[in-house]
Amino acid sequence: MRNRIYTTIFFLILGILFLGAPLYVGGYVLEILIIALWLGYLGSCWNIIGGYAGQISLGHSTFVGLGAYTSTLLFSHLGATPWIGMFLGAIFAMAIGLFVGFLCFRFRVRGAYFLLITMAMAEIFRLCFEHIDFFGATVGLFIPTIKGPTAPLIFQFQQKWPFYLIILVMTAAILLITFLMERSKIGFYLKAIKGDEDAARCLGVSATRYKLLAMALSSFFIAFGGTFYAQYRMYIRPDLVMGIHFSVEIVLAPIIGGMGTLFGPILGAFLMVPLEELSWLLTDFLKHSFRMKGLIGLHLITYGVALILVIRFMPYGILGLLQRLKGPWASNEKFVRS
Amino acid sequence: MLYLQALINGILMGGVYGVMALGLSLIFGVLNIINLAHGNLMVIGMYLSYLLFVLLGVDPHLSLFVTVFILFFIGFFIQRFILNPIIGAPEEMSVLITLGLGMIIQNILLMTFGPDYFTVDTSYKLSSLMLMGLSIDVAKIFTFGASLIITAVFFSFLQWTELGRAIRAASNNREAAMLAGINVKKIYCIAFAIGAATVGTAGSCVSTFIPTSQGAGILFTMTSFVVVIIGGVGNYLGALAGGLLIGIVEEFGAVLLSGSMKQVVSFGLLIIILLFRPEGLLGKRSEE
Repeated sequence: MRNRIYTTIFFLILGILFLGAPLYVGGYVLEILIIALWLGYLGSCWNIIGGYAGQISLGHSTFVGLGAYTSTLLFSHLGATPWIGMFLGAIFAMAIGLFVGFLCFRFRVRGAYFLLITMAMAEIFRLCFEHIDFFGATVGLFIPTIKGPTAPLIFQFQQKWPFYLIILVMTAAILLITFLMERSKIGFYLKAIKGDEDAARCLGVSATRYKLLAMALSSFFIAFGGTFYAQYRMYIRPDLVMGIHFSVEIVLAPIIGGMGTLFGPILGAFLMVPLEELSWLLTDFLKHSFRMKGLIGLHLITYGVALILVIRFMPYGILGLLQRLKGPWASNEKFVRS
Repeated sequence: MLYLQALINGILMGGVYGVMALGLSLIFGVLNIINLAHGNLMVIGMYLSYLLFVLLGVDPHLSLFVTVFILFFIGFFIQRFILNPIIGAPEEMSVLITLGLGMIIQNILLMTFGPDYFTVDTSYKLSSLMLMGLSIDVAKIFTFGASLIITAVFFSFLQWTELGRAIRAASNNREAAMLAGINVKKIYCIAFAIGAATVGTAGSCVSTFIPTSQGAGILFTMTSFVVVIIGGVGNYLGALAGGLLIGIVEEFGAVLLSGSMKQVVSFGLLIIILLFRPEGLLGKRSEE
């Protein structure tokens, strides 16, 4: 009981701190917070299928891209507000997710083969979008800027703080959904499937159905992240929101923080983004002081190194490690990844 | 005529695909790791050949004797320090590690050489043999010959040397191999190293007619993986046959579709094969 009160107070303070952030931090920090929350949001969506259901997908960049492209194309061609477009994009992404998921789960594709199929899907979508002029090809799409009092109606803001609040609410929402899912029957079924799918099937858990459900949830919600990115940057390009490298970026946060844990992806994202900023700073520094060219790939190298180190030394992520040590966080968590 | 031309080009390409797949098949069969950095190792081979050609003027078909050694050591170190420590981890995790490795290799190459494409301008680069109205690139013929020799060496190594026998033993049954006194971890290192060296030679060969660039790695990985799966995992003759098959299919695809969509065909093929025949077209169904 006392534990629960402490937890509530802790989260209340944390919530207030986060809500009030635009009041006391500068533009640069706010930018970092937005990107970190965004990556945390994407990671949390991925976590539903990758962490809880244990189906490591490298195709989730496709869903982000579909979300971004659907809302952007609807806006620039039909004038539909992205607030509606994001839902259409999410439904579209979910349809693709269900289709791929159905094929994979129907044919009992598991483990590394599922990863490879989703990876190939991500690359196919990226290549197709890069070759079709309607999608802006390799140049990308710019979103027409509209200033004035009606701008918020079409998901455009002049300042950063509305974006910050939007992504904060989105992150809180996905955390709530994940929390409820974790506590429900679905969460337990998914954990059973992840632990031993054949055993779960024997006990009467319809593994295919629940994996599809997890796929649908995660592809639906992750597409919102795509629309958010498009409206925040006002520019999208296939290699920014699609493809294998972006998939790795999505997967990295949950892996660092701990797959299948509620707060893992967020924690991972908040560690990842400063790392990326640092590598950009280093790139700039080397560029200006040593006139070195072509250090563009440094942040991807950092990601690769982080991926290898985390899997090597902390295969369950930071929160997973803490849970295993039965620290104060472990009290709520009965089932630790087997 | 167009199709006959495509057929010949496909066969010539297929030889290289076979060599690429041999390495991956060895690694997959022995270590049960899907090495997503495979294509990136090949790209290292391409850059090495390019450098040796530009700096010393060595023909890529000769410099493959150098790349073989360098990639052998690179592969050995990768297995020794990155993959050996995570033996027994879920296979998705080892795949992710090799993916991270591929990202590191690709971006180090990007940082050192920049995003440009490099071509190795050998004296025979543009010359081709005219035979009954068909034109056959000399570079591709050389490469095909080289890949046949590499394959022969690879086979005889696995078949008739003590080390090759040990590798095959570790591949068949890890525990039994350990009981027979084989140092399995060391065998793993050597197997990965040989896999890397093989694909490095493939890289050296293709650098004569494919422009060298850092971004090609993932596509090479995919192609070799498709070839391995078609031939059946651990089936080296199957890998060779699969290589020829994919080479021909890709050339026909290039004739029928626009060139840029060739990659989409490879990825699509991968998905279809993984869904419907994960044990390979030529492979046997596993007992599981």
